[in-house]
Amino acid sequence: MTKSILLVGVGGQGTILASKILTNGLMEAGYDVKMSEIHGMSQRGGSVSSQVRYGEKVMSPVIEKGKADIVVSFEKMEALRALDYLKEDGTLVVNNEEIPSMSVITGEETYPDDVLEEIEKHVKAKVVDATRLAGELGNVKAANIILLGTIIKAMGLEHINWDEILKANIKPQFLELNKKALKIGIEAVE
Amino acid sequence: MKKLMTGDEAIARGAFEAGVTYASAYPGTPSTEILENLATYNEIYAEWAPNEKVAMESAIGASVAGERSMVSMKHVGMNVAADPMFTWAYMGVNGGNVIITADEPGMFSSQNEQDNRNYAKAAKIAMMEPSDSQECIDMVKAAYELGEEYDTPFIIRMTTRVCHSKSIVELKDRAEIQPKEWKKNPGKYVCLPAIARNLRVKLQERMEKLAAYSETSPFNRVEMGDTKVGIIASGICYYYAKEVFGDNASYLKLGFTNPLPANLIKDFCYKVDKVYVLEENDPYIEEFVKQQGCECIGKELFPAYGEMTPDVIRACVTGTANKTMEFDKTKLIGRAPTFCAGCPHRGLFYRLGKRKDIMISGDIGCYTLAAGKPYNAMDSTVCMGASISLGHGAQKAFKAQGLNRRVVTVLGDSTFFHTGINSLINTVYNKSNTVNIILDNRITGMTGHQNNPGTGYTAKEEETTLIKIEDLVKAIGVKHVYVIDPNNLKEVDDTLDKCLALDEPSVIITRWPCVLKKFSQEDRDEFDNLFATKNKVDADKCIGCRLCLKAGCPAMSYDAAAKKVTINRAQCVGCDVCTQVCPKDAIVKED
Repeated sequence: MTKSILLVGVGGQGTILASKILTNGLMEAGYDVKMSEIHGMSQRGGSVSSQVRYGEKVMSPVIEKGKADIVVSFEKMEALRALDYLKEDGTLVVNNEEIPSMSVITGEETYPDDVLEEIEKHVKAKVVDATRLAGELGNVKAANIILLGTIIKAMGLEHINWDEILKANIKPQFLELNKKALKIGIEAVE
Repeated sequence: MKKLMTGDEAIARGAFEAGVTYASAYPGTPSTEILENLATYNEIYAEWAPNEKVAMESAIGASVAGERSMVSMKHVGMNVAADPMFTWAYMGVNGGNVIITADEPGMFSSQNEQDNRNYAKAAKIAMMEPSDSQECIDMVKAAYELGEEYDTPFIIRMTTRVCHSKSIVELKDRAEIQPKEWKKNPGKYVCLPAIARNLRVKLQERMEKLAAYSETSPFNRVEMGDTKVGIIASGICYYYAKEVFGDNASYLKLGFTNPLPANLIKDFCYKVDKVYVLEENDPYIEEFVKQQGCECIGKELFPAYGEMTPDVIRACVTGTANKTMEFDKTKLIGRAPTFCAGCPHRGLFYRLGKRKDIMISGDIGCYTLAAGKPYNAMDSTVCMGASISLGHGAQKAFKAQGLNRRVVTVLGDSTFFHTGINSLINTVYNKSNTVNIILDNRITGMTGHQNNPGTGYTAKEEETTLIKIEDLVKAIGVKHVYVIDPNNLKEVDDTLDKCLALDEPSVIITRWPCVLKKFSQEDRDEFDNLFATKNKVDADKCIGCRLCLKAGCPAMSYDAAAKKVTINRAQCVGCDVCTQVCPKDAIVKED
């Protein structure tokens, strides 16, 4: 059965690297894997998403609405936006991070203070303070690897040798930090 | 060896394995990464051309001289390259030649949606459509073999989801290909009318031979399953269909799609009760199926625009959309892309948008974002290079109407080299007085930082002659040329005042590098203190007027509780635009 993982966030949060590591690990584990991303204008502070699908034989690289097994959002508002994609019994992981968009900065719109409450009305979200935890590790940019850890745990992928995959995809000077980040992510969800 | 590759990476890999030695392109989403990857192979000479027409002609030249060549472009790039391409089809190849078009159903990063399969048909060029990355490799390799056998260039039609989706590929070794000998052969390569008439006959014969090949091509295959529904699909739609119908349908997967296999299609249609044709954009296959006298369901049920993802197919076939969670959509805030903190376009557009009674004729690049809030500083965008020429026509029209309305045109450095130069020649030659702004951020920005003739480096990062825009526009005959710092708002205002008062054409070059650029030594020498400082808000002086926020910097935000603006230290690069906007001098440099 093909599994579908949706990573969403804001341009610059590291969703692409997280999905690259994820897909490489899945391939090494012997799965057929497809991933789809939209590049281009969305890089400039817009919403971004990476779609990962794996299984014995994957057909579409694109996840249908209402069919994602797990949605991992690197930002609160983007979690709400992606709710359409989550299966009824799917898992939602939300990084407890709020990034104002330009319409909020210029005062045209207000970032609502009850985004998590709105999400919780529909699904029990696993809220992770990935940005704060990464900051405590020494680099807020490692939040993406913490969130990758939550996917590994939620999808039961701990048997894959992630340390090796990290080593192949991350610069040596950041490797230890990211190994720790991954472990924090795995332990952050039951 | 197995590897996960995007379709773009796989096209480059296929070219490498096929023994390609020459590649040219102009960047354009979603095709850009093809040439970027080609440039990483030592065995391939790869270059950025100023536009797609030049890229096409250069690739033709390499083919005529006996090498296997590739040219890649986004869908709208093929409009630019169409002129040489149509006659190239008559000539036929020497070394194989593959033309990649990357179409954008859904327009993620494009100004239109066009189905370039129509070009293959109109130009009478053989075409294939890959569905995943492995097929990208296989089809590129086959295109060189078949192209040399049948004496034809090949078009490979990709779409965004094929270009930017990763799937697993098997890597093979590079083929050792000997260059073909070049011999004088005007009967093949000089398209005079008398010669072209002969070539036109040969072209017809070639297409007939290719139509016969298409019937047995391994890229056109039947997969029989349940015969109640038969699906004819090409490209990514094949996998979308498999996702939706699985084993509950039979499939005719078409990979070799010009010419289409008439008999194969007819045989398939006879074997199934009902035929769906699944293809994004135009009814290219559907019309052919119907011409063969076969009944099929196509655009009367499925959309003629946008992506045809599995949920779209499912909704069309079953009449109901997938079940999704209902939530309060009023809680959503928009998150449109925006200029980065430190973007050199910010200062210019912040001031330009405040001008009264001007029309701003824009172009294709990051700066097209200036059309939106808070700048509202763009009134038209059509295609690459159009800003200057469209603005010229508008200025002449306003003048004829007796209006004092002025036209300001805006385009990037790479866009100017692409096709803006011709437009500026027109403006000078035809005695206009538009104000033409060239946003020289020292790189091709939007597509992810490719070198261009103004950067002084090639696609392979080798040093080359740097073409100075100010010298070029002076040579064209522009007498009023100003090079300014767009982060200096007074300089922006003063220069605009001067140029708007002129009765002759002017060029303003706003020179400051893209904040995301990897700076060259020349950049560091030319620009002082390049993004090396940070600004902060002096809370005692800030009155919370929020005027600075109208400059649209993502590093700034309003603290409603404190009624003060704050600057995100991690994002600020000290461009100082906000400093000049603040009426209370409350924004200062960090110590």
